Amino acid sequence: MMTFQIPYLAVAGLIIIGLYAVLFKRNLIKMIIGITLIESGVNLFLITLSFRENSTAPIYTASPGGIMSLPVPQALTLTSIVIGVAVLALMLSLVIHIYRHYGTLDVRKIKEDDN
Amino acid sequence: MSFIDSLSQLYNTLNTDSGFWNPLIWITALVIIFLAAYILRGYGNKGYKKNTEQTKVFLSGNPEFDDKEEMQVKASNVYWGFTETLKGVYKLLDRMHNGNTSDFILWFIIILGIFFIVLGVL
Amino acid sequence: MFEQILVHSPALAVAIPLLGAFFTPLIGKINDKLRNIFVILILALDSFVVLLLANDVLSTGNIKTYIFGAKEIGSPVVRIVFEIDGLNAFMIIIAAILPLAAVIYSWAFMKDETGQDKYYTLMLLLTAGMLGMMMTGDLFNFFVFLEITSISSAALIAYRTNNKFSVQAAFKYIVISTIGALFVLFAIAILYGQYDALNMAVLANSIQYGLLDKIALVLLVIALAMKAGIAPMHMWLPEAYGRAPSSVTVVIIGTTLGSFYGILRVGFTIFGEQIISVSNLGVGIALGWMLVGLAILTIFVGVLMALKQNDFKKMIGFAAVAEIGYMLLAFGAAIASIYQDSNTGIVDISPAGLTALKGGMFHILNDALDISLLFLVAGAIYYVAKESSLNKLGGLARNMKYTTIFFIIGMIAVSGLPPLNGFASKLMIYQSTYEINPILAIVAILCSILLLATFVKVFYAAFLGPKLPKFDKVKEVPKSMLIGMLIIACVIIFIGLFPNLVVENIVNPAVAALQNATAYIGGI
Repeated sequence: MMTFQIPYLAVAGLIIIGLYAVLFKRNLIKMIIGITLIESGVNLFLITLSFRENSTAPIYTASPGGIMSLPVPQALTLTSIVIGVAVLALMLSLVIHIYRHYGTLDVRKIKEDDN
Repeated sequence: MSFIDSLSQLYNTLNTDSGFWNPLIWITALVIIFLAAYILRGYGNKGYKKNTEQTKVFLSGNPEFDDKEEMQVKASNVYWGFTETLKGVYKLLDRMHNGNTSDFILWFIIILGIFFIVLGVL
Repeated sequence: MFEQILVHSPALAVAIPLLGAFFTPLIGKINDKLRNIFVILILALDSFVVLLLANDVLSTGNIKTYIFGAKEIGSPVVRIVFEIDGLNAFMIIIAAILPLAAVIYSWAFMKDETGQDKYYTLMLLLTAGMLGMMMTGDLFNFFVFLEITSISSAALIAYRTNNKFSVQAAFKYIVISTIGALFVLFAIAILYGQYDALNMAVLANSIQYGLLDKIALVLLVIALAMKAGIAPMHMWLPEAYGRAPSSVTVVIIGTTLGSFYGILRVGFTIFGEQIISVSNLGVGIALGWMLVGLAILTIFVGVLMALKQNDFKKMIGFAAVAEIGYMLLAFGAAIASIYQDSNTGIVDISPAGLTALKGGMFHILNDALDISLLFLVAGAIYYVAKESSLNKLGGLARNMKYTTIFFIIGMIAVSGLPPLNGFASKLMIYQSTYEINPILAIVAILCSILLLATFVKVFYAAFLGPKLPKFDKVKEVPKSMLIGMLIIACVIIFIGLFPNLVVENIVNPAVAALQNATAYIGGI
């Protein structure tokens, strides 16, 4: 029975490692990689919810019979992956602009000036 | 349309649980008091001498400069007394608002943890 | 003809800005003025549809549902539904007025910038996302619209890419937005795994209060609170509001209030029967008091940091943080005041809490309008004087008479002086929180006075004072900016002089819809 719990442990591990990268790393690119890890963890969680034991893929035509896994979370995961790609593209283009202005990627040096 | 019967509610007062507020009564009271003050002002000392010492800006003894920019109190010095007394609080707040992105998410995780612990125990 | 529009109006209200956003770059290639007129026409048509829908829902009290792709809904609910009750109608009125004023203002404000096609397209997309977020009845659809608004607004904050502070403010905004949205998705996945339903009404019907539900509730509330700007997670808000172009900030205020609406919907409708019930009385009171604690921290931090700032727009951003604290104070105090009626044994919100709910709701509308007017004035000063630091401004009231009048109106309205609309909503908050606990009312009044002190400082530094030689040639701002500010100022004065009209017709149905979770479930 433990084999069915491994995806949930993987989700928890991915999210914790992603949070560690966002909180404690000083490079902006590493922070973005951390965000991508958290997003992969949440997508994995969504897919794991749709699994039923001994089930086939939820395709209706010419199916071999038997129970099918749930199709709704798989659609939600596709939407989430697309949103993640768009956000990642926007974040990387903003980092390019930041590097051109500030000359550094250290997150402690990128701040406003206090007047 | 419902707008017609809501027109009759234009002049009602706003009732809170323990009081009321009607802005039209307030404005009429303000106008009456202003008129009374203006009439009483007319009984006072009339007139002033133009183009003498009486029309110059009061600077409490400081000399008046030609370049007006040196004479103006800058905005950062206006509330000097207030910010001096609360220096300890402001040092703490400045350390909180240092603009570091990782610190923003750290506060989020801390508050999440506090809420989890409190709601989990109860 | 109105009947046909009314039946399809929830979908039209989102579809019209989307179609306009797709056509704007094409029309922009022909002529610039034509594109501006096209955008303003699209937004005016959209406001007309939204106001028609809001009038219908608020006056008759029915819940309007719109099902995408079917005529009526079957027994297992499988389609995306837009469900509009009193609370939704209240929020979409705000979401319809703000972009119209912002786009009229930005006709002259953005005249010298490059890439205006993208600006108008993104503004229309942002309006569509904001309206969709406030109308939907499905949790995952809420997440999708949340992400649409955060991507559009991050691109708009970084609009002036040659200014290095704008780009870093946009980066911080998108990082925080994405992490908040990912945790919201995590909580939605937990709820789906337990109950096999994504529709808000079906969830409200079948939810219980186990361990997984507690985790989902905390994640949803705190992640949406981070997006709404509640301390100590508020630090992105003054920077993002302060470094964006002013007309963009006005629309971002609408999205921040949309996340606040998300907290209300989750707390009161989905989890409402569980928190305000007999078996969980202690939990409800504890949750209410913790939210009140967060709100008081928000108000203090917002006001104290606002007093020290020297940058005009950042100071207004901190004042906006304090105002959101006021809203959360009202709602938290209402939850904390539940009691058990000794005769009937039902747990309900006390009458003082009901007034607090009304005050908080009314304050959402007032605060959106006041802070928008102040940001538009700040943008006007930046357009004329090219400075945004208060140390370098001075003596502008001689040349810019109308702008000074608008600033005085905004200052009186924000700090809650009579007779404008800030006083009406803050009076309800003061009187109701005084009955729950006197300390809350004392904190609220004190911080209102400090807020007035900050704006008097701004008024002195920017408008009064001697005539500086470097501002000799400034003239009044162009007419379209004045018209944009005039629209919002007229609504403020109207609500200020006739508060009972607004409270009876708009706020009371919203509060009734908030408390009445069963009506929302019955809409399906």
